[in-house]
Amino acid sequence: MTITDFTPWSALLGGILIGTASAWALALNGKIPGISGLCSRILLVERDDTAWRVFFLTGLVGGAALLFRLIPDTAAFGMAPSLTLVVVAGFLVGIGTRVSGGCTSGHGICGIGRGSRRSIVATLVFMGTAIVTVYLMRHVL
Amino acid sequence: MRALVFLLPGALFGAGLAISGMTNPAKVKGFLDLTGNWDPSLMLVMGGGLVAFALWNLLLQRRTQPILGGEKPAAPSREIDARLIAGAALFGVGWGLAGFCPGPALANLGVIRTEAVVFVPTMVAGMWIAQRFLGADRTSATNRSPDS
Repeated sequence: MTITDFTPWSALLGGILIGTASAWALALNGKIPGISGLCSRILLVERDDTAWRVFFLTGLVGGAALLFRLIPDTAAFGMAPSLTLVVVAGFLVGIGTRVSGGCTSGHGICGIGRGSRRSIVATLVFMGTAIVTVYLMRHVL
Repeated sequence: MRALVFLLPGALFGAGLAISGMTNPAKVKGFLDLTGNWDPSLMLVMGGGLVAFALWNLLLQRRTQPILGGEKPAAPSREIDARLIAGAALFGVGWGLAGFCPGPALANLGVIRTEAVVFVPTMVAGMWIAQRFLGADRTSATNRSPDS
């Protein structure tokens, strides 16, 4: 293992903003603001509380776009060029997050932050399979 | 239109994602690649996010009711079942393959990044399949408080 590209201060600041935003959204209406849950529940049109989810996600897209403009370094982006891989990954992320009830924010930050045993287990499992996946792709296949 | 206030925490969340570097899949994979050239940054994103959330929550959840009214969230369920494990496992594989989890993928939509424009609709299709055929997001049926 060699440690490279470590950006501790921006990582910590970004994390604090994410955690602060999540806690305030939860305090506003009592609903856990996990991103996969926000996103997927917009699809359930029979629910009457769609508006706040739409505005939160609109804010998310806008806030990130603004930062990319203001601080061009944050817009750095690199990904393997295979769009087939992106499609497969999108399906797995969509199905997996909803079957397990959360993603990096819903389980990893809000869930663990509220002391949820389910979220601790889910986070350990998705971190584990993600690490194994990257290992297989970069060092075995 | 009180729901408009959610633009603020939403924007703060998006700005946090951008500053943290999580919107860059290469950086995410650098974190997940423990045996290669390891970039520990995302440990601080998740750790910092978790601690900030927990501390704010201690303060904010002392209220008897949410700021905009309604009910406080139910205590988290303790039940560990096969769905939780299997779903989380699939999510992790998808996260590792592309380096995108839901928030960062959405955050890249605003700048019309091709990968995000492809990823987000397929992710939403996956969510729809989970709801339609795998019983996701219908947690009231099992009397369990939703995780997220």
